[in-house]
Amino acid sequence: MMSAFCAALPDPGACGGTPPLKWTSRDQERKPEPMLEITNLHASVGDRPILKGIDLTVHAGQVHAIMGPNGSGKSTLSYILAGREGYTITEGSVTLDGRDLLTQSPEERAAAGVFLAFQYPVEIPGVSNATFLKAALNGVRRRRGEKELDAMEFLKLTRTKCRQLGMTDEMLKRAVNVGFSGGEKKRNEVLQMALLDPRLAVLDETDSGLDIDALRIVSDGVNALRGPDRAMLVITHYQRLLDHIVPDRVHVLAHGRIQRSGGKELALELEARGYAEFGADEAA
Amino acid sequence: MTLNAEDHSHLTPGPPWLEALRTEGRCHFAQLGLPTPRQEAWRFTNLAPLTQPRWQIAPPASAALNPGPLPSVVPADHPPSYRLVFVNGYWRPDLSSTSGMPNGMVLTGLAAALIDHADLIEAHLGRLARADTQALVALNTGLLASGALLVLPPGLMLERPVEVVMIGTGGESDPPLAWHPRLLVVAGAGSRATLIEHHLSQTHHQNCANLVTELFLGAGAQMRHYKTQRENPASFHLATTSGRLDRDASYEGFLLTTGGRLSRNEVRLVLDGSGATATLNGAYLVRGQQHCDTTTLIDHATPGGTSSQLFKGVLDDEAWAVFQGRVLVRPGAQRTDGQQLHRALLLSDRARIDAKPELEIHADDVKCGHGATVGDLDDDALFYLRARGIDRDAARSLLIAAFITETIARITDPVVAAAFESLADGWLTPG
Repeated sequence: MMSAFCAALPDPGACGGTPPLKWTSRDQERKPEPMLEITNLHASVGDRPILKGIDLTVHAGQVHAIMGPNGSGKSTLSYILAGREGYTITEGSVTLDGRDLLTQSPEERAAAGVFLAFQYPVEIPGVSNATFLKAALNGVRRRRGEKELDAMEFLKLTRTKCRQLGMTDEMLKRAVNVGFSGGEKKRNEVLQMALLDPRLAVLDETDSGLDIDALRIVSDGVNALRGPDRAMLVITHYQRLLDHIVPDRVHVLAHGRIQRSGGKELALELEARGYAEFGADEAA
Repeated sequence: MTLNAEDHSHLTPGPPWLEALRTEGRCHFAQLGLPTPRQEAWRFTNLAPLTQPRWQIAPPASAALNPGPLPSVVPADHPPSYRLVFVNGYWRPDLSSTSGMPNGMVLTGLAAALIDHADLIEAHLGRLARADTQALVALNTGLLASGALLVLPPGLMLERPVEVVMIGTGGESDPPLAWHPRLLVVAGAGSRATLIEHHLSQTHHQNCANLVTELFLGAGAQMRHYKTQRENPASFHLATTSGRLDRDASYEGFLLTTGGRLSRNEVRLVLDGSGATATLNGAYLVRGQQHCDTTTLIDHATPGGTSSQLFKGVLDDEAWAVFQGRVLVRPGAQRTDGQQLHRALLLSDRARIDAKPELEIHADDVKCGHGATVGDLDDDALFYLRARGIDRDAARSLLIAAFITETIARITDPVVAAAFESLADGWLTPG
């Protein structure tokens, strides 16, 4: 399966910039298929059901927002997409570009193009950001059948990405997220996204812990990564992030199911009326 | 035979004081016997497996063995170290290189040194290591046949490091071999040097090293002393180090253990002059059925002393590690600062760690602290790395290396720090 997948890849010598996965010519003749397809997804933690039948289809180039009260299952959904252990899938399926995602390890999903921007990026003392990013990039490139980058190529690419995102490369030398401000942590997530060049970016509460200036910088970074070959799933409690990252579709998740879907105006409506009509306490 | 002091036919007779010392050592060992877990200091380390093999003293024929490539922490483009090499306990002048030593410096095999430096050896040998209470020291003393002597004249600032390399080797048909070397270091007032010990195996042959080290640091002397023990997993490594620090002397030690079926590093440092500083750090990485014991005693005997210890251990499979760290502040040792921390990372739920930090304080104006933690790999960090495309094994290695880095980074000699870091990395990605 992997080799057929790799055969369709562009020149492995090309250094970043190209999407990790191209449609094969056969695919291009057909109608575009959904990139992410979640069908009747049920998931539990222990005996407690969290997701109770999620259906969601996202096409390449689209940005979908998932809004909902706390405890609605938003973060569970993002962790399940990225492959975190501790969840039991009791029913349903998730595919990315037609391939089953749920049987893949987190690192396989990363190579297949899933990127989860964490709500709380993890601090890792003793590992420099540069070491981490290089290991991640080469891990993904190896699985994608692309040439691994040496230290010089890596540094050049990373500096370019930093410049494009308006970041300094000073944070490459520091330990991963250690002592980073909230804004720096989220910018570091965006930098990782830019380097790993995902098909599907899942942004989990990206606005949490950010002041308005940091929110703008991070959103600009995310917007710069929007493109016809990439989809985004923006998970948020508040509407304010969607002023900056404007979605094509908005879904309301409550009680483990998508209760309502609509255009970007749905977010404004939720901001005005809260989640009360979905059975959630506004304060929740 | 088992491990005992009775068979001493291999010993070359020495001067009367040495013969008296050896006899005394054998008597003490006959009384003490091998330590057992009934003794508090050996509660967690059972030497019973040591009594199984039929140990023999390596025959002098091993003096001709080719031990293969010799390790060094010094990169090729640096001036080489002064190096003493021992094979199966025997000093090998043909493999050693000590040319270009400054005036007054002595670095040679202990037996050879008896000719020119008998008085100095007599004045120091056995003065710190206690044969009357420590059985392994008694055994080493009773069978004392080889070792190394390092003497630094007062004020000597030695640029090139000293490396002592001890290699064990043996063929399929050879019996298990034991040796009992002694390292004697006398650093004159105001001298400075870096000493690196390598203990390794050339083959899978089972050996037992029972090493005793005595360190005399004169006033203001500065000694950096780094040790790596990476013997094969069949071998036993027992090392007892006793050091005495005079006024304002400083000692920086590091113990890196990855080898041995059963190993023990017992380090006793006496801060015996005001303002002395002892730093003792270490890392051990063990797996399989390895047993690794680190026992330290920092004895603050005089005022104004500083000691700090940071040990980190990584245990996989059914490995068992012991950390016993005791900081003693004697009456009158005011303004003592003694810190100690031991942290262990368990990669398997079958691994075992026994940590026993102890503070014993008999003075009132002191600043002392100790801590011990045991944990496993951080699941959040592991998932974060994997979600970025790093394989599970690589992610684990990265986190383990990060855990160990904190202590290796305390090695103040950058060349040694780099070499030890790569030895630790080598453990993480075996052959």
